[in-house]
Amino acid sequence: MAEQETQEQSSGEPSGERGIYEGLAYYLMAPAWVTLFVFLVVPLGIMLVYSFLTKEFRGGVIWEFSLAAYDQFFFDRGLFGDEPARIEWTYIGIFWRSLWQAGLATLLCLLLGFPTAFVIATRSGRWKFVWLFLITIPYWVNLLIRTISMKFLIRDNGPLNEWLLAIGVLDKPLHLINTDFAIQLGLFYSYLPFMVLPIYASIERYNFALSEAAADLYASRWYTLRRVIFPLVKPGVVAGCILVFVPSLGAFLAPDLLGGAKKFMIGSLIEEQFKGNIGNWPFGAAASMLLLSLVLVMLTCYALSQSRARR
Amino acid sequence: MTPSAHTAVGIVGVTKRYGDYVALRDLSLEISDNEFFTLLGPSGCGKTTLLRVIAGFEEISAGSIFLYGEDIGALPPNKRHVNTVFQQYALFPHMTVLENVLFGLRRLGVAEDNARKQGFEALELVQMSGLQDRLPAQLSGGQQQRVALARALAPRPKVLLLDEPLSALDLKLRQAVRLELKQIQHETGITFVFVTHDQEEALTISDRIAVMNEGVLQQVGESREIYESPSNSFVASFIGETNLLPVRDLRVDGARATCLLPGGVQFSFPAEGGASAGEGLLSIRPERLSLTSPQEGLLNGEVVDHIYLGTDVHVVIAVAGTLSLTARVQNDGAASIPDLGARVGVMLEAGAVRLLRN
Repeated sequence: MAEQETQEQSSGEPSGERGIYEGLAYYLMAPAWVTLFVFLVVPLGIMLVYSFLTKEFRGGVIWEFSLAAYDQFFFDRGLFGDEPARIEWTYIGIFWRSLWQAGLATLLCLLLGFPTAFVIATRSGRWKFVWLFLITIPYWVNLLIRTISMKFLIRDNGPLNEWLLAIGVLDKPLHLINTDFAIQLGLFYSYLPFMVLPIYASIERYNFALSEAAADLYASRWYTLRRVIFPLVKPGVVAGCILVFVPSLGAFLAPDLLGGAKKFMIGSLIEEQFKGNIGNWPFGAAASMLLLSLVLVMLTCYALSQSRARR
Repeated sequence: MTPSAHTAVGIVGVTKRYGDYVALRDLSLEISDNEFFTLLGPSGCGKTTLLRVIAGFEEISAGSIFLYGEDIGALPPNKRHVNTVFQQYALFPHMTVLENVLFGLRRLGVAEDNARKQGFEALELVQMSGLQDRLPAQLSGGQQQRVALARALAPRPKVLLLDEPLSALDLKLRQAVRLELKQIQHETGITFVFVTHDQEEALTISDRIAVMNEGVLQQVGESREIYESPSNSFVASFIGETNLLPVRDLRVDGARATCLLPGGVQFSFPAEGGASAGEGLLSIRPERLSLTSPQEGLLNGEVVDHIYLGTDVHVVIAVAGTLSLTARVQNDGAASIPDLGARVGVMLEAGAVRLLRN
């Protein structure tokens, strides 16, 4: 369907050289559109439909329209569903904690990622690529394995504690595993490169003569960073924040393995609903749709504030 | 020795090294107050490095720099009261023209209404009034250049540094802006230090010129002095065109020198300065050579090339072996220009010859 449309457009009006390239652009975009449609739009559609179906007790769904999944998310009607509805804070609380954790992870990644990207981008030729390579090396290993390794590193009698005890910094092991700190550590470690790479790319494009011009016009280094460098590399910073925040929000490996699965985050909550035969598919689908809406609302708010600021 | 407070920029024994590479070699120079001073030389001669050293973008390896008597060698760029017009302008792309121009004034802590007044004055000076709300990307190259100039002038620096600011403009615009720059320097009374590799630009615009090569200062002087009395063969051939004649049996006696030209003819000319003997190099400009018949010339040779310049023609004459001379002949019809292959005599005007010491 999409392809028919592009054919019509390209053959419809051959308006000079530009027209030819425009026609070609549609063909070049076609694989991306098809992929997005098959692997994004269709699954999202399935999720949306499932969130409005009735649950089957051993996982799966009954094809009968129901708002029960959304109702369960927001309201508590007692064990047998016959009490007056009260607000259910459990899931909202999980969402809130996830937002908070993801926000903090994003902030930490930004605080460490920006200087890292800056240093890499200002190295000369060959070193730039060495550093970039070193940053990306751990990501050749599967996330699950890396997260489990982290768990072993920071457990009570793991290498980190043993080392800290050995050099005399501590006299009893630091309890890290199954804490919020461990979840943060996991998220930070998992997503740092997604912050570093886009910021690196925009600093790479930054014209350092502008920093010289600012210094020449009596600006301190700090002022130059805030008012000249930062505004010009902001697109990379925003991209990095989105790339870290969004997957952190839905992460389930770090909370499960490092947070001891007691500190639920949205990702673990959703994952739980589709596991084995105890899950609740419509509820998982509904939670996913709510998470997606939340992210979309936040991104839209950001985009609106930007277009208003530009005017 | 510390330069006096009337010296705008005093450079004392400055050396700049990058690893093994020496960009500036023990360079000393004084730039006077209210002067249009030009640093001239081929690319890689160190002129831009010297400018960046004055601005504070490069740390010096040895020596000191004074700005009106104050030692600024150790100060960072934002603590030096000099401003720079950058080669590629380096305007802040996310700020309007006015914000660009006010940047320095605001950083200096000038009160906002005074800053705006000075900013608008600077924009008026470069004839950019009315465009203050545009972004740099909405301006032409020539307009961006003017904004860069206004931005650097607005804080009223003690010295304005200009790093080949005209090189990105086309020829016509460049010639117009050149005169304007000169005028702005005159009106504001600010000392200008101007970097260029274009000798014609340097000769027309400058009060004084410093010619540099390979990190070493070759000669400092007014345009006329540099052109007519070059101190060495580099200056002679870099500024305008020149013929270099190796001579033998050179004897300098008081105010006169005699020598043997290639081909063995004796030649005598006025020469200042100390006695030297033996071999030497004479410089003479193409317009000071005249052509005559082979019998009358001090030197003679064969015409091997014509270079057409419009109002004039350069006639290239092969003299004795590898030596060739270029004579500039006015283009007043074909009659006065000898044909290719013709034998001609060359006359040297004794007063126009300059003996170079190397």
